[in-house]
Amino acid sequence: MRHSAFFLKPEEKEKNAAMVEWTEQERSIITNIFGNLDYEDVGSKALSRCLIVYPWTQRYFASFGNLYNAEAIKTNPNIAAHGTKVLHGLDRAVKNMDNIKATYAELSVLHSEKLHVDPDNFKLLADCLTIVIAAKLGSAFSPEIQAVPLKSAACATGEELWPLFMCVTSFQMKK
Amino acid sequence: MNLKRPERERASPSDSGSRAAERMSLTEKDKAAVKALWAKISKSADAIGADALSRMLLVYPQTKTYFSHWPDMKAGSEPVKKHGKKIMGGVGLAVSKIDDLTAGLLELSELHAFQLRVDPANFKLLAHCLQVVIANMFPKDFTPEAHVACDKFLANVALSLSEKYR
Repeated sequence: MRHSAFFLKPEEKEKNAAMVEWTEQERSIITNIFGNLDYEDVGSKALSRCLIVYPWTQRYFASFGNLYNAEAIKTNPNIAAHGTKVLHGLDRAVKNMDNIKATYAELSVLHSEKLHVDPDNFKLLADCLTIVIAAKLGSAFSPEIQAVPLKSAACATGEELWPLFMCVTSFQMKK
Repeated sequence: MNLKRPERERASPSDSGSRAAERMSLTEKDKAAVKALWAKISKSADAIGADALSRMLLVYPQTKTYFSHWPDMKAGSEPVKKHGKKIMGGVGLAVSKIDDLTAGLLELSELHAFQLRVDPANFKLLAHCLQVVIANMFPKDFTPEAHVACDKFLANVALSLSEKYR
């Protein structure tokens, strides 16, 4: 199905988002990846990597303590705890793959209205999460596995859908 | 609340004159980190290039439009392996010209601008896939510190490649 969010009107995007259809293989891949992840390890590594590689993302963590340099970020317990929290948030989507929109309604409002997070940052965090998982899985991290979590509805703000999943626009080409 | 300015070096006098919107110039520390990482991974350059290219074609199918003339785009196919090697040749060249990427990559920029006409948005996609592969093959070496230097480097390479576009 078409995912190319560039060409869709907002109402079409939302309809599309609700209609993401996962194949059995994709469900199995996602459930497997998350089923075997150490949330504390991967979550903290992904978030700290994001804050180091894209330092402007630190703007959302001013109250988290010492973020002065890479070492400080890597050993900051508040960041580690928050990374774990984020992974548990993603876990909710994994357990409700057919209803991500409703599952994330509250979180969506939180990130938009209260935390005022620029949605581009989700992509940055998603990229770091991909890299941390790639580093962990070694040869098991095939291109097919990398591709699955990216198949998702368009990522947006406000009234549209906000999957905390890796959000990307891709259109269905003949594979 | 942390009121100290975070520890960051000043960027070194960057290459000749490119003032692209998003250029985050490479510091001396970045350059050293990139060269150190390259020293570790360059022996596997061909494999990295082929894997990154395969991943990009699969994960971002819109990139396949540039290779419609290939008989086979599957991972491990001859055209993919050959082209992956070519790409990494370019990356290696960029590492050697890290002190002035725009001048060093002039010819490649002209190639991409006038002949290949690859939409520069795709450079980011390939850069991401390259880093995924490096993380996958060299998990101990691709630390967050190496990652940020590499990410900046590839972004600068992309900007230098886009230099001649218009």
